Amino acid sequence: MKNGCAVCEAKMVHGYKSEERILKPMIRKNGKLEPVSMDEAVKKAAQILTDAKYPLLFGWSSTVNEAQRIGVELAEELGSALDNCCSVCHGPSVMATQEVGIPAATLGQIRHRADLIVYWACNPWTSHPRHVERYTAFTDGRFEGSEWKSYMNKMKASASRKKMDIASKRIEREEAQINPQVEVNGPPPQTLQKPGRKMIVVDVRKTMSAEAADYFMQIEPNRDYDVIEALRCIVQDQELDVEKVGGVPVEYLREVADAMMKCEFGVIYFGLGMTQSLGRFRNIEVAIALARDLNRKTKFIISPMRGHFNVTGANQVFAWQTGYPYAIDFSQGYPQFNPGENTAVDLLKREDNDATLVISADPGAHFPSVVMKNMMKHPLITINPDMNAISRLGDVVFPTQWCGIEYVGTAYRMDSVPITLKKVVEAPPGVLTDEELLSKILAEVREIKKKRGLPVGLTEQKIVHTEPIEPPRVCPAPVTKPKPKKVVKKKKEAA
Amino acid sequence: MVEQKLRATLITGRTIEQGVGKELGKGSVEYYDSCAVCFFDKSDMQKIGIKNGSTVKVTSKYGSVIVKAQRYPWGTNPGMVFIPCGSWANCITGDETFSMGMPLFKGFPVEVESAPNQPVLTLDELLLKQFGRNSL
Repeated sequence: MKNGCAVCEAKMVHGYKSEERILKPMIRKNGKLEPVSMDEAVKKAAQILTDAKYPLLFGWSSTVNEAQRIGVELAEELGSALDNCCSVCHGPSVMATQEVGIPAATLGQIRHRADLIVYWACNPWTSHPRHVERYTAFTDGRFEGSEWKSYMNKMKASASRKKMDIASKRIEREEAQINPQVEVNGPPPQTLQKPGRKMIVVDVRKTMSAEAADYFMQIEPNRDYDVIEALRCIVQDQELDVEKVGGVPVEYLREVADAMMKCEFGVIYFGLGMTQSLGRFRNIEVAIALARDLNRKTKFIISPMRGHFNVTGANQVFAWQTGYPYAIDFSQGYPQFNPGENTAVDLLKREDNDATLVISADPGAHFPSVVMKNMMKHPLITINPDMNAISRLGDVVFPTQWCGIEYVGTAYRMDSVPITLKKVVEAPPGVLTDEELLSKILAEVREIKKKRGLPVGLTEQKIVHTEPIEPPRVCPAPVTKPKPKKVVKKKKEAA
Repeated sequence: MVEQKLRATLITGRTIEQGVGKELGKGSVEYYDSCAVCFFDKSDMQKIGIKNGSTVKVTSKYGSVIVKAQRYPWGTNPGMVFIPCGSWANCITGDETFSMGMPLFKGFPVEVESAPNQPVLTLDELLLKQFGRNSL
């Protein structure tokens, strides 16, 4: 494996074959999980789902689009609620985009053209470890160079300063003078107005990403909305009659706004710090409005830092199939969308659903335990390759293959570009793909409904990718037309 | 003077160690070591008299959890504590969604107190305590 980050290496080298891997379907009997045959587990799962009045199908973010599509069909067949992990990560971003639209670009555009990169309330160094290096500040684009060298110089300078300090302490043999604590929220450096690539990090706490940035602006928790609104005022040449906004002096904000207006191609990447703080989707809405205002002066785009590798794909597939990206309710026989009512956490909080199917997600570890307690009151079916927290709690536990490692499929990148995932190794025997497993459950659900004399859906899903796809095609060399030979007119021989 | 309780704002979020731990397996030692911790500012640690590796009890309106204390390595953030997202952090996160589907993960008040000699539960023990079942 080449060019993988730490998380990638953990998953693709060690994780997929770890001791935590599930190899057989299991059913909880007398409080203990016991291995059973695949057919028995499928029958049990289909029975639970059809017996339930209002099941919830949740997850979908770490599986491929082909499986998500069958998931939508299953939800429609069951008349259930359908939600993906987006509701606890970038759901508010989706809501804000529906309100005001979004000026977006693909990562390639940013890599080659962006000269100002703002990471707002996110820490790409830990959650997207290759993002800065591959697409933004530390990459060499066609029109913008890498900032890596200036960062290395900064690191060297700080290291030599530390060495000098230590040496001076030894020479003086006195108690070292304690340096005054560096003011975290200092003024922006002069270099912020320089041409070339610049990186600004805005967050409530200092992180490794902030360390690598040209300027780190620390704001108070839950004050993102105020700070962005202040920046909008400055961009629109309005006066602010306060000294500080969200803990940041207005002069500093003015310099940041100047850098934003002077750049040639700017980008704001925002993370969960915005969507999970007070204000939720209003934070994103105002950030998109800031990008819109800046577009009157220069070129600016804004993009969410999506988490799970295919959470964007889940939004895309759900929107393509039902018209809505998440928080979908099929109980009336047609899709309805209402975040805050049909979102997983709200459903569980109100105890509306009476069975749950979780696929390729781990609400056991990532939902507040106060709502998880309500999920545990009803039967729980889990489909995950490894024994994560939710599989440990399941009543029917299915194993599945790792997509992108053991089978092929399609996933959407954070900038909504579909990518084909490759197969690298063979899956353990007897373990099905998400797609095959969901098709089996769907067929079984239809069988049960037919026996009960209920109407069932007409379409039969066909599994799309069972064979490995062809290797990526190499772009053919441009066809050059053969140059016409110069016809040399023979001079008429002089008679 | 050492105080009994520290009132602080809790932020939960990703760390690279948590990312690596979760991919190695939720039952792995790496996951336990990276998630069952709470990061403090140095001044806050002195206030309640704890050191790196001490056990602390973090309590919110929604519950409480015992985790290990660690000093936050970057910058100064007095009054703010950070727990990497995972089963331990979610013992104390809230179900208030403000009608938007997003529960309380960041920026809400908690109280922290020193809890010497209290065990930090493993994932299976935590699940058994909270939901009465696990994979064992």
